[in-house]
Amino acid sequence: MAEEKKIFKITIDNITIDVEPGTTVLQAARKIGGDVTPPAMCYYTHLKGSGGKCRTCLVEVAAGSAADPRPMPKLVASCRTNVMDGMVIKSLTSEKVLDARNAVVEFLLINHPLDCPICDQAGECDLQDLSYEHGTEATRYEFKRRTFDKEDIGPYIQLHMTRCILCYRCTYVADQLTDTRVHGVLDRGDHSEISTYISKAIDNDFSGNMIDVCPVGALTDRTFRFKNRVWFTKPMDAHRNCDKCCGKVTLWLRGDDVLRVTARKDQWGEVQTYDGKPGWICNACRFHKKHKYDWEVEGLTNITRHSVISQGKYPGLKMPKETIAEVMGGKSPNLLMDIHEISGVNDPDIDLSKIEGPATSNTFNPDP
Amino acid sequence: MGRKLLLDNIGVEGIRYYDAYRKHGGYRSVEKALKTMTPEQVTDEVKKSGLRGRGGAGFPTGMKWGFLAKPAGVPRYLVVNADESEPGTFKDRYLMEFIPHLLIEGIITSSYAIGSNRSYIYIRGEFAWIDGILEQAITEAKNNGFLGKNILGSGFDCEIYVQRGAGAYICGEETALLESLEGKRGNPRIKPPFPAVKGLWDCPTVVNNVETIAAVVPIVNDGGDAYAKIGIGKSTGTKLISACGNINKPGVYELEMNISVEEFIYSDEYCGGIANKKRLKACIPGGSSVPILPANLLLTTAKGEKRMMTYESLADGGFATGSMMGSGGFIVMDEDQCVVKHTYTLARFYRHESCGQCSPCREGTGWMEKILLNIDNGKGKMSDIDLLWDIQRKIEGNTICPLGDAAAWPVAAAIRHFRDEFEWHVLNPEECLKKNYGLANYAKPLEIVA
Repeated sequence: MAEEKKIFKITIDNITIDVEPGTTVLQAARKIGGDVTPPAMCYYTHLKGSGGKCRTCLVEVAAGSAADPRPMPKLVASCRTNVMDGMVIKSLTSEKVLDARNAVVEFLLINHPLDCPICDQAGECDLQDLSYEHGTEATRYEFKRRTFDKEDIGPYIQLHMTRCILCYRCTYVADQLTDTRVHGVLDRGDHSEISTYISKAIDNDFSGNMIDVCPVGALTDRTFRFKNRVWFTKPMDAHRNCDKCCGKVTLWLRGDDVLRVTARKDQWGEVQTYDGKPGWICNACRFHKKHKYDWEVEGLTNITRHSVISQGKYPGLKMPKETIAEVMGGKSPNLLMDIHEISGVNDPDIDLSKIEGPATSNTFNPDP
Repeated sequence: MGRKLLLDNIGVEGIRYYDAYRKHGGYRSVEKALKTMTPEQVTDEVKKSGLRGRGGAGFPTGMKWGFLAKPAGVPRYLVVNADESEPGTFKDRYLMEFIPHLLIEGIITSSYAIGSNRSYIYIRGEFAWIDGILEQAITEAKNNGFLGKNILGSGFDCEIYVQRGAGAYICGEETALLESLEGKRGNPRIKPPFPAVKGLWDCPTVVNNVETIAAVVPIVNDGGDAYAKIGIGKSTGTKLISACGNINKPGVYELEMNISVEEFIYSDEYCGGIANKKRLKACIPGGSSVPILPANLLLTTAKGEKRMMTYESLADGGFATGSMMGSGGFIVMDEDQCVVKHTYTLARFYRHESCGQCSPCREGTGWMEKILLNIDNGKGKMSDIDLLWDIQRKIEGNTICPLGDAAAWPVAAAIRHFRDEFEWHVLNPEECLKKNYGLANYAKPLEIVA
């Protein structure tokens, strides 16, 4: 008997969408996209069992399903709640949800060192984005934050536990991508820590992916540490033939130097899938192929224009057409000084979108 | 004198061992169930009895058993939660230590009802001397044909295994318990799926408290209807209460759920009044997680009725003016006790025991502890009290498991009912280190709002 394929209808913030049974609320919201999508710090599509921990993706269930339209008493974690037919979800439209999200951001930040100025993750950090969008401007926490010593786990990865938000993603990588699990979580409560049990080095081919899944700067690439700010680099998609992994990566370039290699990420910050398989990359591609000639470069990585990283790549940039006077309704701006007179940076003759990388002093003053 | 169903024979010499236990009517329920009843009939008797889970939440046991998924070819498990770690609760320890066969008997009967051929007792790691007692009881039961293959010729097989925890409060939460039993880190699972569908090793599982399982014995012996006649309303049967704190006679009491809180505290049959002729200030009626109540709200409800020792009456008025039966840890505080210090102690406990899996509980419990320590040490600010309220509000309901709620409720209730004591600590930073706030007006008669 051929069973008819069921389709569930779900309404999120008054937008209705059809999804397949078994989809989570978060995945449905991602299908809609935009602001209704709850942020997710611990959920990772390609890691089984992840999610439900950070509580940033809490949503309100206004109606459980068409068959049982009662609302749920508590907010639920959208990443681990499956869609029911006729479910009605409130995300941005619920005061309760916004309040809870704000609370979670505050909780995540009270023990976070906020050392963004010296953190390699700054500029591509999920926690930065989250606190920018849902946090408050000041903290109410007046106590000493918890700290840990930095720990090298293997030759390529450094663990900076102080920054960790305990999303458990890296332990799932260790469980599911590498052959033997060598790290996990020790202790409990606010003093629990990610550890490789008595500092046993992680040494297997896919361990580097835990850097990619880390939403904050707790796990960083030792070959890239302090080399550069991420927004000064130019991301380019590239590939090579690799017998261990898909070989499809993003190169982070400064000039012609490959500073860092990562897996390619989709718009939700997760690795891209190729033919239904997640595109994890192996350690050889990530840590040892640091020359442009190792790779066949495909072109610039598409990065959302909201990201600070996009300022390092100009092609495709749309120059604003309006003059300042038009924007300000006919009034001229109140300038302390006219920088056009003292700097060539705003030279209207130079079209930044015509140059490939970040502008340097040479761009404005080629023959000193 | 109330009727006793569980602790009736507790005074009999040698009741810990099989011979004396059997002589005093032990293992009758196993014989009755396995020889004359079907598993469904046993479940029906439990449903009829109205027995509610004794672990804290008070969920009807029969209904819980009814939810159990029964797919063919998949084993089902009964797991007994003996990880009794709630501060103030020590009823299960008493039961297991002095009358272990009652639990074993209850497990066999319940396993028969559920269809579990392998049942587990997950016992708190600190109860280091009790697992031996249970093991011995299991061996004795086995030697006498009540465990093992083909029990009493009924064709029903059952084995019981005792597993000791490693000292984590969180493993008393049923899904964390299952994780720990599987040999993993004791982090609570995200529900759904509930254990009744996917529990131990992904098989349908019932997790019940020790006292709940023990109560199945009298229910099967005397019938569910007879059990349901005891008590008031939906609070049927007898309940073990472990009373402690500033009372004359601390200990474990079995009481029919039809006496008043006042009688329980002051009658000589039970707690015997407040120790040293002091006056009652406050009480936590159901173990450290439930809201604390000042004396006036404890003895009478906001409606002016007498508060009874039942699930409904203790919860009367919601959290605004009521509390919960919880796990039956009855902590009494006299006029010399400091509510701020007490709340700090509890906050410290919950911070230490938070598993660290989800952020509100992991970070919030530590934050609350630090603020409470400051207030207790006379370093608090007025704004800290409001901040505490805000933090607990943001933890409650936003966590994976009830530990977040359990950490938030005591703080919320302390501020709700004892705010003046907190403010006194802030305003008198020197004085609060030397003396206590005292009874204040917490025992004054309530203004009855009609």
